[in-house]
Amino acid sequence: MGVPVAKGRVSIIVERCKSCGFCVEFCPTKVLALSSAFNSKGYHPPHVVEPEKCSGCDLCGMYCPDFAIYATKIAPPKEAARES
Amino acid sequence: MNDFINSVENPVERFLRTDRMPHIWCPGCGIGTTVNCFARALIESKIDLQSLALVSGIGCTGRVAGYVKLDSFHTTHGRAIPFATGLKLANPKLNVVVYSGDGDLSAIGGNHLIHAARRNIDLKVICVNNLIYAMTGGQTAPTTPGHAITSTAPYGSYEPAFNLPHLVEAAGAVYVARWTTFHVRQLARSIAEVFQKKGFGFIEVISPCPTLYQRRNRLGDGLDTMKYYKEKSKVRHGAPTNEVGLTMTGEIIVGKFVDRDRPDYQTLMRTQLSESLGERFVESAEMVCS
Repeated sequence: MGVPVAKGRVSIIVERCKSCGFCVEFCPTKVLALSSAFNSKGYHPPHVVEPEKCSGCDLCGMYCPDFAIYATKIAPPKEAARES
Repeated sequence: MNDFINSVENPVERFLRTDRMPHIWCPGCGIGTTVNCFARALIESKIDLQSLALVSGIGCTGRVAGYVKLDSFHTTHGRAIPFATGLKLANPKLNVVVYSGDGDLSAIGGNHLIHAARRNIDLKVICVNNLIYAMTGGQTAPTTPGHAITSTAPYGSYEPAFNLPHLVEAAGAVYVARWTTFHVRQLARSIAEVFQKKGFGFIEVISPCPTLYQRRNRLGDGLDTMKYYKEKSKVRHGAPTNEVGLTMTGEIIVGKFVDRDRPDYQTLMRTQLSESLGERFVESAEMVCS
């Protein structure tokens, strides 16, 4: 068993995004990429390309000028099993 | 920061008037990032939101007062600090934050800035410096660095620019820091720290203005500017503020420059008045209408 790696999940509020690309550029584990799809204002919101890499550090959430993205930590499965 | 780890909604949502989103700031503008850091600093410092008031002036950054779900006031141009001074004097228990831009604080409100720092009034000033008058169309501001092209300087600006940390330190601020929108964690920590200080705290945040400043000067978009901040900024805590002036493409010195203690305005007022009036002096906090 190796050291447990923190896991996280990214949530994106697509309609608020203005595709500045800050989250994509500064994600430490490169989880995100700008998608080719449009939102209703004509911007390209980011989408998650490598979900298993997300550590839930929420740096994308801190950089986002539009409050459109945030990451949450997921409890490791072992602990979750113990809790339940 | 553990409070929101298992939350299902954006942790900053409760600090925002979400019915007014999306906001008016351009794609790539850094003001939203600074608001984000401010909200996270509020979470971190666990400050009582009922004892917090936010005052802003006119300009792009002036819009912050309308987007935060706090007691806030959007004042006339340059008068954020005078309004905040009155607010603080009338209700000394309030934490008053002035959130405004470089044009509002250092140009039309420049006199108020230096005198608030001289008096050491207990205000927390967050100055978002985008190096230009952004909302009115990109005119030369007192902080525009030399050679930059603006709508009023089409052949390049030749005025020497204000070095805001140096200005407020010389005037007497007790806490002076500068960060860029790239330094989100440091900025949030700095804002949380300034709430612990008594006296005039000043945090300058260098922010991109992709629509007017970066576009006219061919410096790319907001993301390119963030990469430039990442590459060219150097953290030097305690750096002498006369050495931290900004240039158009040069190094940006960031960090906490000044952290000192001086008696604040209300302490000085209380000392002087109780000395000369004796028992006739009534504590202003007792007269406050709540």
